[in-house]
Amino acid sequence: MSKYLIDKFLFTVDRDPELVERYREDPRGTVAWWEAERANTILGCHSGEASTWLKFEDAEREALVGHDYVRLFELGAHPFLTLTLFIAMFERDHDEPLAFQKEYGRRLQHFSLPYPDIAT
Amino acid sequence: MAELVAVIASTHHPFYYRASTAPPEERPPFADAWVAKIAAFRETLTRANPDVLVMVGSDHFHQLWLDNMPQFLVGKAPFYDANFYNEEREFGLPRMLLRGQEDLSAYILREGLDAGFDLAFSNELRIDHSVTCPIITLRPEADLPIVPIYTNIFAPPLPRPKRFVELGRTIRQLVESWPSDKRVAVIGTGHLSLELGGPRQFGPHGPDPEFDRKAVEWIASGDIDGCLSEVTLDSLWEPGNATHGFMDFMLMMGVAGEGAKADYVDSLDLFHTMEAYFTWYPNGVTA
Repeated sequence: MSKYLIDKFLFTVDRDPELVERYREDPRGTVAWWEAERANTILGCHSGEASTWLKFEDAEREALVGHDYVRLFELGAHPFLTLTLFIAMFERDHDEPLAFQKEYGRRLQHFSLPYPDIAT
Repeated sequence: MAELVAVIASTHHPFYYRASTAPPEERPPFADAWVAKIAAFRETLTRANPDVLVMVGSDHFHQLWLDNMPQFLVGKAPFYDANFYNEEREFGLPRMLLRGQEDLSAYILREGLDAGFDLAFSNELRIDHSVTCPIITLRPEADLPIVPIYTNIFAPPLPRPKRFVELGRTIRQLVESWPSDKRVAVIGTGHLSLELGGPRQFGPHGPDPEFDRKAVEWIASGDIDGCLSEVTLDSLWEPGNATHGFMDFMLMMGVAGEGAKADYVDSLDLFHTMEAYFTWYPNGVTA
């Protein structure tokens, strides 16, 4: 389980306008690039220090590649991070206000309490 | 000593700014009622005539991140830039710059550490909508210096509800013992029942109206013991997966004090979440 790394992906992509567009248009390429080039960057170190051990499990990588927010919820990704990034990518494809957010909720209807654990 | 002139607890709905500033043809149908309620709520702070605002909120994974996550953090800086790109993108929030009350920050840090809270600090803190929403609603001039205090209601493991209440009590003691002639208001924002990124999100009202009703009653009556007897880290998942933000309301109940009835109580049932507004005047207020 690398919930932390899923969250790190969602966090770093959401906060970069160029990466939001790149992930929307090319999810497989963006996830592969990010895992190779960015996954181990220590965000709190300004000089590019890096870790050596962070990588996705296959199911996590595929959920990100598939823009599969239902699967990300199931895997315990932080729901605020997932929601915020997916609104940024896909709200624009819907005509009615909040239509995407409501569809998002509907697609999660099969989950009941307790929800998947989000602790990292 | 400084005087605690108002204690204010509120939700922080990021849609308010856009709803209240959009041109008439784009305003949602509930905007006028919402603006009227906010205008009345704002007056409760204005009447207290504060010099300094202590602002309690929670960073939403903006500057604070899982590689170094503080539980309670006090900003100590002469200025605070405010709002982030993704808040601009999603909510239309403006960039802001607020002054800091650095000597009160230093006092709260020193005395808070000595009182048993291992407070983290930041000398360069960009604050997000948990602090700027109440600035927009309560003091849109954004002209008063602030001390931001962030709590972790977001990234487990979280401090327990009782710890939030205790920190609130301590903040009050520290404000009232601060050697200054300033008039201080403590303003904190949180949530009632709320779901984000889960199956119950963006419904016609908050995900758990019964929890909201009880929560408003606890806060309005200052029923800290009753609230603590029912609210735990585990129970807060039930009303909605983002309801741990209610612990910031519990912190504010600690500031207001056990049994302290709020002098002003209002709420607004919106889609997605219930808004709630509370003001206490610990020493009364001049007419």
